[in-house]
Amino acid sequence: MSLERSIVKLSAALRAKEVSSVELTRRYLERIERHGELNAFINVDRERALAQARSADERIASGKVGPLTGIPLAHKDIFCTDGMLTTCGSKILANFVAPYDATVIERFNAAGAVILGKTNMDEFAMGSSTENSYFGPVRNPWDRDAVPGGSSGGSAAAVAAGLAPAATGTDTGGSIRQPAAFCGITGLKPSYGRVSRYGMIAFASSLDQGGILTPSAEDAAVLLNVMAGFDPRDSTSVDRPVPDYSAQLDHGIKGVTIGLPREFFGEGLGAEVGLAVEAAIDEYKNLGCEVVDINMPNCSLAVPCYYVLAPAEASSNLARYDGVRYGYRAPEYTDLTDMYKKTRSQGFGTEVKRRILIGTYALSAGYYDAYYLQALKLRRLIAEDFRRAFESCDVIVGPTTPTTAFALGAKVDDPVAMYLNDIYTIPVNLAGLPGVSVPAGFDSAGHPIGLQIIGQYFDEGRILNVAHCYQQATDWHKRIPNGFE
Amino acid sequence: MRWEPVIGLEVHIQLLTQSKIFSGESTRYGAEPNMQACAVDIALPGVLPVMNKEAVRMAVKFGLAVGAQINHRSVFARKNYFYPDLPKGYQISQYELPIVSRGHIDIEYDGAIKTIGITRAHLEEDAGKSLHEDFHGLTGIDLNRAGTPLLEIVSEPDMRSAQEAVSYLKKLHALVRYLQICDGNMQEGSFRCDANVSVRPRGQTELGTRSELKNINSFRFVEKAIKFEIERQIDVLEGGGTVVQETRLYDPGKDETRSMRSKEEAHDYRYFPDPDLPPLEFDESFVKAVKQTLPELPDAKRDRFMSQYGLNAYDAGVLTTAREMADYYEEVVSASGADPKLVANWVTGELSGYLNKDNREIADSAVSSTALAGMIKRIADSTISGKIAKEVLDAMWNGEGDADAVIEKRGLKQITDMSAIEKVVDEVLAANPVQVEQHASGEQKVFGYFVGQVMKATSGKANPKQVNEILEKKLRS
Repeated sequence: MSLERSIVKLSAALRAKEVSSVELTRRYLERIERHGELNAFINVDRERALAQARSADERIASGKVGPLTGIPLAHKDIFCTDGMLTTCGSKILANFVAPYDATVIERFNAAGAVILGKTNMDEFAMGSSTENSYFGPVRNPWDRDAVPGGSSGGSAAAVAAGLAPAATGTDTGGSIRQPAAFCGITGLKPSYGRVSRYGMIAFASSLDQGGILTPSAEDAAVLLNVMAGFDPRDSTSVDRPVPDYSAQLDHGIKGVTIGLPREFFGEGLGAEVGLAVEAAIDEYKNLGCEVVDINMPNCSLAVPCYYVLAPAEASSNLARYDGVRYGYRAPEYTDLTDMYKKTRSQGFGTEVKRRILIGTYALSAGYYDAYYLQALKLRRLIAEDFRRAFESCDVIVGPTTPTTAFALGAKVDDPVAMYLNDIYTIPVNLAGLPGVSVPAGFDSAGHPIGLQIIGQYFDEGRILNVAHCYQQATDWHKRIPNGFE
Repeated sequence: MRWEPVIGLEVHIQLLTQSKIFSGESTRYGAEPNMQACAVDIALPGVLPVMNKEAVRMAVKFGLAVGAQINHRSVFARKNYFYPDLPKGYQISQYELPIVSRGHIDIEYDGAIKTIGITRAHLEEDAGKSLHEDFHGLTGIDLNRAGTPLLEIVSEPDMRSAQEAVSYLKKLHALVRYLQICDGNMQEGSFRCDANVSVRPRGQTELGTRSELKNINSFRFVEKAIKFEIERQIDVLEGGGTVVQETRLYDPGKDETRSMRSKEEAHDYRYFPDPDLPPLEFDESFVKAVKQTLPELPDAKRDRFMSQYGLNAYDAGVLTTAREMADYYEEVVSASGADPKLVANWVTGELSGYLNKDNREIADSAVSSTALAGMIKRIADSTISGKIAKEVLDAMWNGEGDADAVIEKRGLKQITDMSAIEKVVDEVLAANPVQVEQHASGEQKVFGYFVGQVMKATSGKANPKQVNEILEKKLRS
């Protein structure tokens, strides 16, 4: 029996009692175990998952059913889960059992979803390949020698391989959309402030946003309905009504204007990716959309801008991992300063240390104006590019990444090449806009290609609608990697 | 003197909010270590700060009370440094845009009024405490205090002597207690002072190099520390040396300051706007609402006491230093209906003596305002004399009941019966013929002797005014 991928259909099956949550949960737990070689999970709690599934079945039996009741989910190991190990992919938190639930976890628990386990990730979400995890790299289900993208690589691989119906992720510069593209699934990063960051371990607070990786835009809408909303515990979450995202999916997109940023189709874009994106644009034309060229003159500076701001915030956010109160502490030290030095030197990986150093430097007296303040100005210019672009279009469409999944180890020694993976996704974070990546084909190596759809502030409904209509017309999102049927 | 000291103070006051500045945890003092530290306070991964609106109200209240500019938009920034009792590795504070700027406080020193500028006041969170005792070579960390709201009040370098600095500090101390935004408890660290001290040749306009004196936590130590530091800097300069910019610690045991860290060792705090907190914004209606809650301030109250009650500047000043004292005084005046000056004498005199002796605040006075009013009424209606009243107050202080009960029980009612007093006067005059002779020959001072004898014979209960009248009449005849 092949695995049903659609959450909407799984939910219907649960409600019709064709399958129980316990059966479903067992099935995913078995698949997780069988495909351990992907290394998609850091921690799986069978007993807890089955207990949650049993209580979901009771709810179903009593008729108290929501769209997610009994649906097993995987969570990126960046979300604190009460009583569960929450490592953020780091040695420094390898022993940290969170004593509270992140708001996102709380909301999914309240909706009756089951926690299968915590997915692997780049340490502190810093990376584009999930090779920066203390728990080892994740493999791409489409090609075990290729990376799944990152930092939410564990979540992306798990959903693509059918180890979980859907998974949460976080996106600071592309960490949901890029792995979704690399693994041939749908990845939604909502607008900054749409989803609470409370309990989501901070990398760069002004950019981090929780989201989801799902088989389709339709499923993303179901999950976003639960996840989105104001949280008084997060002062940056926005108090704005949450529409029913599922209700907007089938709205016609005839007459919708799609903006194509010329800068996203220039040098650096892989030929096969470019062709696939053009084919997708043709598809939109067939669906009745209008296509216009737009200019994003400042977006070429997004990567350097990001690599000042994100490390600056990270250098401060990660100061709390000092070995004093929780987490890893070096076993031997001579005094307080030595304890700090050894704990942090041993506890953090190379990329995290690199970014702490960059960020510390950028905020230092004498450099602050030249780096941090300049980057803030650039960030405003980039947001302004988008504002102007949206005067002439409803959504912006382009490639999610310049290339498809690359080989494991190919870019580990070249951080700048690694950073350039996020050239099309980073501007969206800097502007705080919602973006979704949907599968739009494969390259000659059989690696999936992602199409990015960017919307205006809090226009998640529109981009999911535009993504859904594309998925109604194509079947790229239904392709399953060999061996994971 | 060739040298002019220049002093500016940075005062941290703990705001009297129920909960912490960025979490819902209680701010109560004295709990077992780490029992008042929630996930936010201990900086667990993933937690976020949420601004306490009450702390904002209190900061605005202070700003209004010192005639400052209230900034409708201010920004929280992170001050980054590593220390075990700083859980996040940064302190959330305000840097470039504080909530309050450019205010002033008037101080009175040597009879003259001087205006001390307040550069700014900003909101920030307190750190925890490191406990170095009882842990055998280890350090204990108590995070109960972490996240307690502080208002840091920074003065201009407008003070020119240690005494002026103390006057300013006392004025500020009284003010924040008036506003009920701080309990002012210096021992518990609710009101802490750092001083920036420099000296320069008299007449020079540029400032000299300053040192910062940390954590001087009593008025007396502030005065001593600044005095010591001024003298130390003058000695250095007169010896041909230069003052280095540094942070110094005052040691009250040795009455000296010593270097803690030099400018080179100073931290680079890498301030930047806290991305977890949007800029703090409020409109004029919020400020207006806070303004409604402003009490009558010390200076205004003192002026009113002088005009309304006819008190002199000194008494009015003493009675209005603390709001509770002023309230007590006005309660006694109103309940006794007696001469306000008489009431002022009792409150600033005898009552304050008892309070000092037992080291009590007026709020914990063993004699309530109603009870004191009851006693003063008995002076006013001549039931007891002022002298007997002292005995009554002593009994009241020691819990023997209200004035009437004490007077009754001890039989202290004043003798106002003319014939009874006349009888005693006659006896006294008859018993002292020598003194009567002296008085007759013009020695007026023996008159006092007779009064004393009459009072002695009546155990102080005779109405002194009547005693005087009768004596005068008898001696004249």
